[in-house]
Amino acid sequence: MSRRRVSLRQELPLLVWLVIVWGALWQDFSPGNLLFGALLAVAVARLFYLPPVELSGRFNVLRAVPFAVAFLGRVVAASCQVFYLAVAQGPKVTNAVVAVPLRSHSDLMVTATGHVISLIPGSLVVEVDRSTSTLYIHGLNVRNGEDVIKLRKEVRDTEAGLIRIMGTKEELSALNQEVGA
Amino acid sequence: MNPEPNLVDAVIDAVSAVFMVVGALMSLAAAIGLLRFPDLMSRMHAATKPQVLGLFLLLASVGLQLRTWWVWPVLLVAWIFQLLTVPVSAHMVGRAGYRTKHLHKELLSKDELEAVVQKAAKAARESEADDGGNRTA
Repeated sequence: MSRRRVSLRQELPLLVWLVIVWGALWQDFSPGNLLFGALLAVAVARLFYLPPVELSGRFNVLRAVPFAVAFLGRVVAASCQVFYLAVAQGPKVTNAVVAVPLRSHSDLMVTATGHVISLIPGSLVVEVDRSTSTLYIHGLNVRNGEDVIKLRKEVRDTEAGLIRIMGTKEELSALNQEVGA
Repeated sequence: MNPEPNLVDAVIDAVSAVFMVVGALMSLAAAIGLLRFPDLMSRMHAATKPQVLGLFLLLASVGLQLRTWWVWPVLLVAWIFQLLTVPVSAHMVGRAGYRTKHLHKELLSKDELEAVVQKAAKAARESEADDGGNRTA
């Protein structure tokens, strides 16, 4: 194969995930089953080769847990809001498509931000401009300029949280400078 | 396992009952949203989003009722796959919907994508004209 080989360290998160899925599907986490799952994971990763995801090499668990809790809280709040909008406003709801330039240019970070934003009800990624790493977001119930600014700030804050969890060192120091300034 | 198993059972039953009712309400929200929202984009919000929470609550109540921890990893994997796939499908439908004009422009208070899409369409038309219309893309 002429493709660049990925190191085992880069591939490890994928393999671990595949083994966990294997164990979960069998509902059996005994060593033998996990070992067979690991063999299958290596075979699958070799046969169905995907472009490696470029991880930054750092992952801050202390930041990730509050982020996950805050994420769940926002999902709950926004689900109730969409419910309310559907019942109370319905056909009269006003929306907007907002361009949000992101700080990071890594594919992983843009994807993760888009995912988190899409999962929170009320915002939906319509288009991604990869060259400038701009997300175009369709927001539900965005009535005026103030709401647009609020939506944009929400997306940028989400990205900041993700950078603190798993961004590269350069992104993190740029973010810290921005916050300090 | 516990001095008062009946009390624990009652609490678990109550929590899972609440989860189930709220989860079902979230599905109801999706249905109401599909009926009431005016265009494809706002319907996408209703069609995809309350399920993330609704499915989470329903899976959690299933896990609480089955009382075996073996079932939790399966439920978690099911939810994670939901989390991974929902935004992708929503994005694809939203993107296609925007470009095929399945939305009510008069309901948008701001649209920062329109100019970009038109510019890209113009560039695509020009490059097609340069090729003498040979290219089908």
